[in-house]
Order: sequence, then C-alpha cells, then structure tokens
Amino acid sequence: MLYVLPALVLYTLFLLIPLGQTVWLSFLDWDGLTVATWAGLDNYRELFTDPALRAPFVHALVLLLFYAALPVAIGLLLAAALSRFRVRGMTFFRTVLFLPQVLAMVVVGVAWRSILAPDGLLNDVLHAVGAGGLARSWLGDYTWALPAVGIVGTWVETGLCLVLFLAGAQRIPRELYEAARMDGAGAVREFFTVTLPGLRGEVAVALTLTIVAGLRNFDLIYITTSGGPGNATSVPAFEVYRRAFEVNEVGAAAAMGVGLTVMIFVLTVVVARLVEGRKS
Amino acid sequence: MSFPRSGASPRRRARASAVALALGMALLGAACVPGTDGSGAGSGGAGDATAVPDPSKEGKVTLTVWDQEVRGGQNAEIEKLNKEFQDKYPNVRIKRVARSFTDLKTTLKLALSGNNPPDVVQANQGYADMVAFAKAGMLTPLDNYAGIYGWNSRYPNTLLDLNRVSVDGMNFGTGRLYGLSQTGEYIGLYYNKDVLEKAGVEPPRTWAEFTAALPKLKQEGELPVQFGNLDKYPAIHTFGVLQDQAADGPGQIRNTVLGKGDGFDNEPTRQAARTLADWAENGYLPKGANGTGYDDAAKKFAGGDGAFLLTGTWQLADLKKQMGGKLGFMPPPPGKAGEPLRTTGGQGLAWSVTSKSRHPDVAAAYLEHITNAHAAEVMMDEGVLPAVPGKAAGRAPEGSPDRQMVEGWEQLNEDDGMVPYLDYTTPTIFDTLTADLQGLLEGSLSPDKLVSKMQEEYETFREKQSGEKADR
Repeated sequence: MLYVLPALVLYTLFLLIPLGQTVWLSFLDWDGLTVATWAGLDNYRELFTDPALRAPFVHALVLLLFYAALPVAIGLLLAAALSRFRVRGMTFFRTVLFLPQVLAMVVVGVAWRSILAPDGLLNDVLHAVGAGGLARSWLGDYTWALPAVGIVGTWVETGLCLVLFLAGAQRIPRELYEAARMDGAGAVREFFTVTLPGLRGEVAVALTLTIVAGLRNFDLIYITTSGGPGNATSVPAFEVYRRAFEVNEVGAAAAMGVGLTVMIFVLTVVVARLVEGRKS
Repeated sequence: MSFPRSGASPRRRARASAVALALGMALLGAACVPGTDGSGAGSGGAGDATAVPDPSKEGKVTLTVWDQEVRGGQNAEIEKLNKEFQDKYPNVRIKRVARSFTDLKTTLKLALSGNNPPDVVQANQGYADMVAFAKAGMLTPLDNYAGIYGWNSRYPNTLLDLNRVSVDGMNFGTGRLYGLSQTGEYIGLYYNKDVLEKAGVEPPRTWAEFTAALPKLKQEGELPVQFGNLDKYPAIHTFGVLQDQAADGPGQIRNTVLGKGDGFDNEPTRQAARTLADWAENGYLPKGANGTGYDDAAKKFAGGDGAFLLTGTWQLADLKKQMGGKLGFMPPPPGKAGEPLRTTGGQGLAWSVTSKSRHPDVAAAYLEHITNAHAAEVMMDEGVLPAVPGKAAGRAPEGSPDRQMVEGWEQLNEDDGMVPYLDYTTPTIFDTLTADLQGLLEGSLSPDKLVSKMQEEYETFREKQSGEKADR
C-alpha cells in the first residue's frame, strides 16, 4: 500500500479533489464572482429539459461516428490489407499516417479551416474535377458543418488506429493464416476469422482512446466554428467553457462537465465489456 | 485517463472507487460556498483623495497592469506611454501583462477573485464582465478622481456612461464610474476606390446612395459588400448599423441596450433583419459567408474582392498598410446629406482600478497619463483612434483614411450618434444573437422570427433582473 501512496496523493490532489469540486459546483447557482446560492438539482434538470443544453450531447454522439467508428473501420481495413501484402516504404507511410496525432489540435484546426473555406482547397478540387455543384461553404452550412468537423477528426484518429492495429497484426501467429488458407478461406473470411479476433484487444484500446478524444473535443470546435453556424456544432466541452467563462454560469457549466464525465465513463465501460470481453 | 489495459483487477478497481467515493463525500462535506460576499473586497473607497495624486511621493511602487492591447499600433502606443510614465516617476515600476482579448477575458475573473489582483485591469463593458466585477466589489469607483482630473468634462457623456454601473450592481450606463477608455471605435464603411471607379460608382454621400450602389456593383460583376461570418460576431456589427439607420434616432436602440428602452419588437429591428436577409439573398454579401473567417474576409477586401467592407475602425491600420491609396473610409453615411450621423460604436475596453490595489492614487495617475491630450497625440501617431482626439486629430494628413476616421468620430460624438454594441444588452445575447444571425444569413431563420427571439431574450433578462431586485 505504501508504494502507491505518492501516486495516490497526486491522483487525489489533481483529479479527485477537482472532480469533487466540480460536482459540488454543479449543485450551486454561481456566477464565479459573487456569493453562490444553493440550486439543488436545478442545473441537472435543465440539462435534461433544455433542448439548447441537450443538443451538444447529440452532436457529440454524431461526432463519435467520425472520431471513433470510421477511424477504427478504416484502420482495420488498411491494417488487413497492409499485413497481407508487403509494401515498400512502410515506415514512411506509417509515419505520414500517424503525423496528425503528433500535431497540436490548434494547428490541425487552422489548417482545415482554410481547406474547408468557401474558396479553400476542397472546393477548388471539387471544381477542378467538374463536381463544382457539390462545392459549398462547408463550415458555414447548417447540414454540413458537423460532418465537416467530423471528417477532420477521422483524419486525426485514423493514423493512431492504423499504427495500433499494425503492431497487433504482427503478433498474430502466421500459422493461423496458413491454417485458414489451407481450409480455403478467402481474404474476407480470413479477416473475420483470424485478423479481427486477433486484434480484439487493440480495437478496444483504439475505441476507448478515440471515444475519449471525440467526446472531449474542444480545441477543434473552438478554432473552426465556435459552435456555429447557429449552434449546429456546439459540443459539451465547448459549452462548458462558454458557460463558465463567457456567460458566468459556473453551476450550469459544472453540471454539463459532470454529465460529460459520466458519458465518457459509461461509454468506456461499455467498450471494455463488449469489445474487450471483460466481466466484472 | 484509464483504459482497460492498465492492469488493475476489477476487484481492486472496485475498492479504489470506494475510496474515491469516500474522498469525494468528505470533500463535499468540507467544501464551503464559493465566491466573495463583497466584504472581503476592498472598501470600494478611494473617496478620500482630495487633491491631484502625486505618485512621486508614494515611495517605491510596482504597478501591475493587465491589458489586451497586443496588436501593432496599440501595443506600440502603450509601450511608449508606459515608458514615459516610468521616466516621469522613477519610483514607479510598471509590470505589464499583455494578453489577447479572449485570454484576458477568461483569466481576469480568476485573477480578480484572488488575494493579490493586478492594480489596473482592462475590463470589458457590459453585464458579463464590468457589471459582474463591480457587483462583487472588485473594482474601485473612480468618481472622485473623475472630479479631480476633470474626466467628466473631458469625455462626452455617451462614452463615460458606458463605464458606469449602478450602485446596486444591477444596471450599467448609469451610477458610479468604474473605468476610463483610452481609445474610441465605431463601425464604419471602408471602400476600395479602384473597384468603385471600375464599376462607375461614386463614394456614397447618403445611405440611399450606398444602398443604390449595391445592385449596380452586382450588375457590374463586383462583389458589393465583402463579409465573413465564421467567427460569428461580425454579423452583429453589420446588423447594428442597419438597425441604427432604420431607427428614428440613435436614442431608441441605445435605450434598449442600456435597459430603459422598448426592446427589440419594433420596426427598425424588423427592417434591419429584413435588409440583412435581402443582402444575403441578393448576393450583395458573398455566398456562404458563414464559412469565411473575419480576417480572411478583410484580406480578400484588401486584395480587391469587394467594393465595401462594413467593420470597425480597429481594421484601419492593417487595411491601409495593404491597400495604400486605394482605401477609402467614412462613417456610415447619413439619411440625407448634412443630417446627423449614427452608427454602432463606443470605446475600447475600460481601464479600471481594482479595489484591492494598494496604490489607487498611482493607478489613477496612470489612467490620467494614458488618456490625456498628450496620450492622444501618441495614439494618433501610431494610427490608433483616441477616445478624445482633441487637437491631436490634426496630426493625420488631410483626406487620409485616418483623418476621415477621426473626423467621423468627432462628428458622431457631436451628433450624439453613437449606439452601443448590441451584445451589452443582456449577458447572453451575444451568444443567442450571433447564432441566430447565422441562421438569418443562411435563410433558415426568418427576419420576424429573429426579432421575436431577440425580444424574448430581452424580456427574459429583464424579468430575471426585476426578480433579483425584489429579492434584495
């Protein structure tokens, strides 16, 4: 017990105490300056009844498709393909694909903001290939802003997933593949009977990491859309910041933060149970 | 972050979470209600100064100043004035902390509630910042110094009032003075002389000429008004100008912003909403403007894309650097030639003295130093619009955009034509209105709906406020 004490002290100091404080604040009505008053469950009640507060959570769930589901799917496909064929310059491709993970999210945001601008790279390409009809103001469009921000997430997270899966695929015994081929399995069958089960643990890790990254997405929204157009891309993490620092509603912001924490916790537990197959 | 590979067995984890829970509970029990009740803050006094403070008699003083003047000319002007102040009073050392507007806004609240806040801070006007700070007793009322230094007569009332908060901390625009603004700013009309000439359009002298020029420019294949609204706030300025033009006088909207008007359910607001929607629909504004950044739009305008740009005087120095002689500037033109001007505008962030400052006299002397006639000259030389230009206005060459800007400012003050920013109206209207204006531009929110949402926002806040008042 003694040797975990230093870690526990740090954990308590920087994680448990702030968490406890946030929970405490969420029961208060506080502007951050004057004396706070007791609000009970009001902040939470609003979280469930006010559509303006519920919407960010819905957006976050939509973003998870782009932040977690797509990267894992693409990563699996690429990993399966790459482990089947020998590719020259593999290290180079791996580095390039992993690069978005290394960049600061602010840099990513600024770069994509100019790519997605009305006269940005994406629309230029669309015009060049004769699909000018598809060109639009991606970040300013009520329907397309959320997917556009999501695609940036896909771009960032895919490299991480791929690198994880490639490392995992190397651990799968060659004999299994040989046995599968012996039994006459094609590429698809081989993927589902050998590669996917062999990567189960990696998929769970990738899902957990990408889900957490997707849900606490703040910087990208802050840089690209500030939650706009209208409130079409507002997400919980951004709302927490906005409420606490811009509108002086610290209690409501804390309640939202607690809600976000619970959501992340529940989703990671679900991933651990279902994908990784853990039982308590 | 803990992901499943971290190795703790489920049982150990269960115990750990029990410990965490117990800790959390203990913490909740021990926690007290946060926030100051005002008693911990300074006396809010400083009412004892009776003569012009003399910082040289204060001994060794370090004056900590937090400001957000990080852009080119403004930064240069502040640095110069700070140096002069320290040269004049060798016993005073200024410790300057300069951050961008957003960074200052988010950190200032924490700094002010601490035990050792800066002496002088720049506080944003309105309910979310200055009113909240004053209500919590964190700023020193400056009325006494205003009398000693003659600030009341130096500044026009419309400007000084924006830095006032009522004694009960409920309203602003009236009551005690909590800050002094150094610079002036207003939304004006920039134009590209080349683009206008090519399309055969004269710089407008009246608002009607301006609106008549828009379809003509469009016909000639030019973009009439450059505009980028990805950052959400630019539309609030455009909308404000349209509203001011549609109103009978500047008083109607100004009173609403200051909480004593009839709100937004009126003809000028409706008309402004319709005009903005029309502009977007008719292509007077660029298509998909909600997806273009504010700075990007300014860059495009400087590059010759767009005949007009409706934005603040803070852009002048940058645009002039890029466009040189092609750039023209004017306040939004009046309804008829020679009629009084009006536009959205006001002043830079207020420089305030914190109530816990141990050197309020030095701080006040500093405020005087950065806002007096000499400071105005320093500002003009750096291309910054002083709140009170005085004789310094003559330092800009005749006919230059700078000169137009200063003359426009003086005319607006003389005409009493300044309407404060709409986002001062309630603590949350900045969020709701900027989001709704994006909807209006996109065509998904009708002008009437926009107006009714604005009115709802206004009424909700008024009701909440009167409820709070009744509680007291």
